[in-house]
Amino acid sequence: MAYSEKVIDHYTHPRNVGTLDKSSTKVGTGLVGAPECGDVMRLQIEVDENHMITDAKFKTFGCGSAIASSSLATEWLKGKSIDDAMKIDNMDIVEELALPPVKIHCSVLAEDAIKAAINDYRVKNGLEALEVAKSHH
Amino acid sequence: MDLPIYLDNNATTPMDPRVLDAMLPYFNAKFGNAASRNHAFGWAAEEGVDYAREQVAKLIGANEKEIIFTSGATESDNLAIKGVFEMYKDKGNHIITCVTEHKAVLDACKHVEKLGGEVTYLGVKSDGLIDLAELEAAMTEKTILVAIMYGNNEIGVIQPIREIAAITHKHGALFMTDATQAVGKIPVDVNADGIDLMAFTGHKMYGPKGVGALYVRRKNPRVKVTAQMDGGGHERGMRSGTLNVPGIVGLGKAAELCRLEMDEEAKRLSKLRDKLQAELTVLEESYVNGNTDHRLPHVANISFKYVEGEGLMMAMKDLAVSSGSACTSASLEPSYVLKSLGLSDDLAHSSIRFGLGRFTTDEEVDFAIEQTKKAVNHLRDLSPLWEMFKEGIDLDKIEWAEH
Repeated sequence: MAYSEKVIDHYTHPRNVGTLDKSSTKVGTGLVGAPECGDVMRLQIEVDENHMITDAKFKTFGCGSAIASSSLATEWLKGKSIDDAMKIDNMDIVEELALPPVKIHCSVLAEDAIKAAINDYRVKNGLEALEVAKSHH
Repeated sequence: MDLPIYLDNNATTPMDPRVLDAMLPYFNAKFGNAASRNHAFGWAAEEGVDYAREQVAKLIGANEKEIIFTSGATESDNLAIKGVFEMYKDKGNHIITCVTEHKAVLDACKHVEKLGGEVTYLGVKSDGLIDLAELEAAMTEKTILVAIMYGNNEIGVIQPIREIAAITHKHGALFMTDATQAVGKIPVDVNADGIDLMAFTGHKMYGPKGVGALYVRRKNPRVKVTAQMDGGGHERGMRSGTLNVPGIVGLGKAAELCRLEMDEEAKRLSKLRDKLQAELTVLEESYVNGNTDHRLPHVANISFKYVEGEGLMMAMKDLAVSSGSACTSASLEPSYVLKSLGLSDDLAHSSIRFGLGRFTTDEEVDFAIEQTKKAVNHLRDLSPLWEMFKEGIDLDKIEWAEH
């Protein structure tokens, strides 16, 4: 199975790899997946007082598509409001990276990670957690 | 040095140019049907087949009449298991095999179960070898066949073949082995080893694809298998179908080269493999899978904890290797062989198989070491699990959301 050029690009030059201070109230952290399944994503956002995402970082244990999906997600998150970020759909990632059907779960995981990070931030800042449509998988 | 470097010789081997040279005349000038007994075209083809049969027999210490040519090891495994089950059904219906066998053996056994056979699947110890006491305990009066592989395709461990054969024979059953990974790589002698049936194939020993053989013992005891393909009664009635003359000639040449060069090659490759393994296990949290004392000389299966195998292979873009990671298959299940050693799923996902071969050079191995180290370090920089491990977080205590 050949990877798309965009997957290879994100894999070879991953954007926004790193760690934000998860104890900060401005930071939301989403950790999704499981080592047994071969994918774990950690996605973090830093949010300002206007609920705009000013920074995003990731680390991913997984295949090339999983790494590319999370790298792409961090690019998309920066500059978005947390409400707009909530609207990112896994199929947007599938389309952008031209993921084949067997790799769709990687994009689902990225979407889950985004939502988990936003909810972590919301709860930390006294907002209620938003309902996440569960289980694409 | 040409890139990418081929280090997947347990999947298939490149054909030796000398094998190709031997085969070529049999595609055109010597195109005859080896079964045409009454003209020169047939005789020329038959002569090629006879010589090949002799070479194959010599490599494994057999008589040439004991070699049945097939389309490959999968067919040989099927013919041996299904053929013995049918032939000896009056004697019993029980077969013993083990969980780390190739799918060709496991699925042939599953088929036999549907036909009323009973199959015991022995587990393996954490080093990949079967427990001989467990085998002995599993033997019953109904046991007609024990099918245990010679060398494992994923981790390279060599089963205690002679001991298995002795236990099998003590209980009056036949011993069959899938020796696809072993024949041509290490000395295999059907008499010294006590083998009654043995499957192997051309393309794992620098010969062509699409041709293999089943060794079927003729004396002490005389073994018979029921043919699984009806037709002209070729190969002593056990495998009908016009002989694949060029393929068989290629298999014969490959066997001849292996017999003459195997010892030197094994020495060279095990040295290279040991170097690769030693250099790569310098990396923190890397583990060799399977027994390292009883192992094929050319393979090393290594898990690099906290990185995922497929992602890792992508970073090793100039190396052709293989991974036990689920991501390489549609099933999402990691290698059943590695799991049966008791490896956790995450370690199985993190495994890479390096398979060296006749054409692997020192320079290539050095390159592979460097690229693998770089890739592992790169992937660990990206890995949240590595970061957590480094912070001293116990990953087993985290409640992961299984998906």
